[in-house]
Amino acid sequence: MAKTSASRRKSAGKPAAGRKKTTPALYKGTRAELLDFYRQMLLIRRFEEKAGQLYGLGLIGGFCHLYIGQEAVVVGFQSALREGDTVITGYRSHGHVLASGADPKAVMAELTGRGAGISRGKGGSMHMFNPAGGFYGGHGIVGAPVPLGTGLAFAAKYRNRDAVTLAYFGDGAANQGQVYEAFNMAVLWKLPVVYIVENNHYAMGTSIERATGQQELYRRGEGLGLYGRQVDGMNVLAVRAAAEEAIASVRAGKGPTLIEAMTYRYRGHSMSDPAKYRSREEVQEMRKKHDPIDTLRQDLLADGCPEDDIKAIDRKVKAIVEEAADFARNAPEPEPASLYEDVLAEA
Amino acid sequence: MPITITMPALSPTMESGTLARWLKKEGDPVAPGDVIAEIETDKATMEVEAVDEGTLGRILVAEGTEEVPVGAPIALLLEDGEDRAVLDSAPAEAAPVAAAEQPAPVVAADPAIPAGTATRSQTVREALRDAMAEEMRRDPDVFVMGEEVAEYQGAYKVTQGLLAEFGPERVIDTPITEYGFAGLGVGAGFAGLRPVIEFMTFNFAMQAIDHIVNSAAKQRYMTGGQINVPVVFRGPNGAAARVAAQHSQNFAPWYAAVPGLKVIAPYTAADAKGLLKAAIRDPNPVVFLENEILYGASFEVPDVEDYVLPIGKARIARAGGDVTIVAYSIAVREALAAAERLAAEGIAAEVIDLRTLRPLDMETVIASVRKTNRCVVAEEGWPVCSIASEVSARLMEEAFDWLDAPVTRVTDADTLTPYAANLEKLWLVSPERIVEAAKAVCYAD
Ligand SMILES: Cc1ncc(C[n+]2csc(CCOP(=O)(O)OP(=O)(O)O)c2C)c(N)n1
Ligand SMILES: [Mg+2]
Repeated sequence: MAKTSASRRKSAGKPAAGRKKTTPALYKGTRAELLDFYRQMLLIRRFEEKAGQLYGLGLIGGFCHLYIGQEAVVVGFQSALREGDTVITGYRSHGHVLASGADPKAVMAELTGRGAGISRGKGGSMHMFNPAGGFYGGHGIVGAPVPLGTGLAFAAKYRNRDAVTLAYFGDGAANQGQVYEAFNMAVLWKLPVVYIVENNHYAMGTSIERATGQQELYRRGEGLGLYGRQVDGMNVLAVRAAAEEAIASVRAGKGPTLIEAMTYRYRGHSMSDPAKYRSREEVQEMRKKHDPIDTLRQDLLADGCPEDDIKAIDRKVKAIVEEAADFARNAPEPEPASLYEDVLAEA
Repeated sequence: MPITITMPALSPTMESGTLARWLKKEGDPVAPGDVIAEIETDKATMEVEAVDEGTLGRILVAEGTEEVPVGAPIALLLEDGEDRAVLDSAPAEAAPVAAAEQPAPVVAADPAIPAGTATRSQTVREALRDAMAEEMRRDPDVFVMGEEVAEYQGAYKVTQGLLAEFGPERVIDTPITEYGFAGLGVGAGFAGLRPVIEFMTFNFAMQAIDHIVNSAAKQRYMTGGQINVPVVFRGPNGAAARVAAQHSQNFAPWYAAVPGLKVIAPYTAADAKGLLKAAIRDPNPVVFLENEILYGASFEVPDVEDYVLPIGKARIARAGGDVTIVAYSIAVREALAAAERLAAEGIAAEVIDLRTLRPLDMETVIASVRKTNRCVVAEEGWPVCSIASEVSARLMEEAFDWLDAPVTRVTDADTLTPYAANLEKLWLVSPERIVEAAKAVCYAD
């Protein structure tokens, strides 16, 4: 335990020092872009806090994995995408579906299991989808998004579409065999996919040190010819810079690439996590010193952004989340007949 | 108005918990993310984090209070600048309402247990843990391996305490690599060890089913009897609560279809204990299917030195002469509830708990059907190619002359598992539907 938290503090949110394959310089965006990153990250944060609350009230059932702490990863990457690109991830999918442009009302209503939910109340927390926004879910089996995302990239190449796929997975998922089967095919066929391992240091209660021999996850594909980089996943500007570079390389037809985003989840693995595997100090340290939203807020202020502009966003986001929660509490449950719908498509 | 803090739901199945400890006092400032209290459920101790900012105005439920229902007010939080006086206009001290007493399930005495045997109440979770611990004490070749089984004490706390007693050489946390550690377990079995491979749930054993079927089940046969695989694959199977299609499914019929495997799916804690011990001792690969919803259920377990039950024997869970209801795992609970209602209507149902699904104890089922001439098979699982289908087919072949009505299957709906609460309820097998089917085969209405 002691070893875990100490080494965590060293590597938390920062790329390993002394490695060649670290990230490029921070992204330099316009004020408007930065404010938009801020808005998106804050929306995810407030949305997730509200989801945690509704879970406590018994309005959300099952497993509920919150994305709090990791917002910079998905917002940084999403901002570098184009229309037609696709995204896929695991069960920790609320941030990804919101970043894909889904209506927060429909996402929250999915959490409360209502007919107006984004998956009609059939999927719940782990199974969010927004194909119109390029988001293919929302998958419950650890490791599955990697070959699935590779398939999305295969389809893009097959159809000669200039589209890229982002396939997200976790540090724990990085130990699943199917991940490497997919890497190999993607390299072999030069598929347009960026693999993103969101290294939040824990897979449920198992720290990366206790699960993984070679812990530099960005190097995990090297033996297969898949090269990677590590990025500070607690800084949206660092993520955006790395994303841009990775996506440009993939778009140029150079084949897949791997990004390890060093990040951290503040909450338990799911709502029912006794959290005995890490210290509160470790969590507080990350929250206080490496919070992606605070960091960007400070950057904005230092750059002379009027505080009122930021506060206006705070208010707007709060109102959006309140509205989503009200909608999700009051929307009716799915029609009973819908139990039998959506099993098969009409042939 | 002060903000009411309520007893949070901290897991999909939690209904109530013990408020173990307050970490903040009345008058303490509270920021979002601060831990304000610790709550114990049967699974774990968990921390309650504040969501709002303010001052802890009043504690409504004293620490140490047990069975505080989810949703009951536990404290009042004063918002910034709010005066303590408002506390008095807030809802009066909420006396914690004890969760509705679950009636103890009626389970007929097991013929395998001599009358007068002393018993003690245990949860299924404890019984499974004891079974593993006893076998590990008895045989140094037994070890437990799986995700989160050691330091975390099991994702569902079934392996609680094993690491402390047996150490990390015998209670082994794996990476999330089901295909890998299932294969490793089978290989260790080739070499004569007795691995107990825990799947966090059987949904994830789908990653490993190749080794369960191709490597474990077929080994002895392919080697002409030269190599046995004494491995147990165990973990929760079947529908859990509100976790949707990929985490909620009964795989019993899949494994029961495979020659070379033994498949066990107990309902009571006593059966869980006696059959898991038997499974660990068995020289063959055994798929041992538990049920998450039942982990916390308590039953009487014989308080005897070495309680081992025979694999392949069903148990009459309730005697009756009018209709036979066959079930296994959690469907036994629904069948017993149905039998209770049927009794109120003057129909005496005999409930058979299959306990083992391969080999299937048709002898016990047929003996009952010869008496009742009617049979309903209840299963928490899909209808198509189910255990219910198998029992029904076997009754056609082996007991056709004794049947006065078609054997009827009552199962989950033939769809994937929905998330929404109302749809999930509709989807699941239920006592109501078992009652309906039993009445139909009795031509009663
Ligand atoms: C194949 C499979 N095995 C086990 C699980 C149970 N499980 C769900 S999440 C999880 C931990 C995954 O950790 P990581 O990949 O690091 O992702 P994170 O939760 O940190 O986002 C486990 C073991 C699963 N869903 N699928
Ligand atoms: Mg992780």
